[in-house]
Amino acid sequence: MTVAETITRKLSEALAPSEIQVVDDSARHAGHSGARPGGETHFNVTLVAAAFAGKSRLERQRLVHAILSDELAGPVHALSLRLIAPDEAGRPAP
Amino acid sequence: MSENVVIDRIQKEVDENPVVLFMKGTPMFPQCGFSAAVVQVLSEAGVKFKGIDVLTDPSLREGIKQYSNWPTIPQLYIKGEFVGGCDIVREMYASGELEQVLDEKDVPRVA
Repeated sequence: MTVAETITRKLSEALAPSEIQVVDDSARHAGHSGARPGGETHFNVTLVAAAFAGKSRLERQRLVHAILSDELAGPVHALSLRLIAPDEAGRPAP
Repeated sequence: MSENVVIDRIQKEVDENPVVLFMKGTPMFPQCGFSAAVVQVLSEAGVKFKGIDVLTDPSLREGIKQYSNWPTIPQLYIKGEFVGGCDIVREMYASGELEQVLDEKDVPRVA
């Protein structure tokens, strides 16, 4: 299983998101610290999930960090997160 | 440096400087796109800040992650409070919340 697949699976199981997008952005960071030849080090993740409702930005990101703690301690060097509650979806990006 | 010494040093920086950015590289020469993005936001907002380069010291690089229980760098602190990393700072700037926090905490700005 690729890192992207693992991220997608763990977040899907933990948060049951109505939308999930996991993009490997490693190519844009090729050649600098943390990058590896095979990629899979830098990810952009967008999630729409009810679990984020009523939570602050810090709380939302901490929730995702906890679910992906193994990946963050291992192969994932950078993780860019857009975490949206269902009633916020469709609004312009915060 | 032992772990406690590092945490004490971080605490001191955060206590003594109104706005502190733990980053990779320096404000003039950021070594990472995410650090560079936060520097740019702070510059646009006219905020004077202290940049601390975690790449100069591996114990600092690990210590700051423990201090805030946050796995990534950059990390922005305003008046002792952890604000967030690159995503959060950018979102808050775009929505006007960052200015609000700076006003509430009486952080001076240059035009």
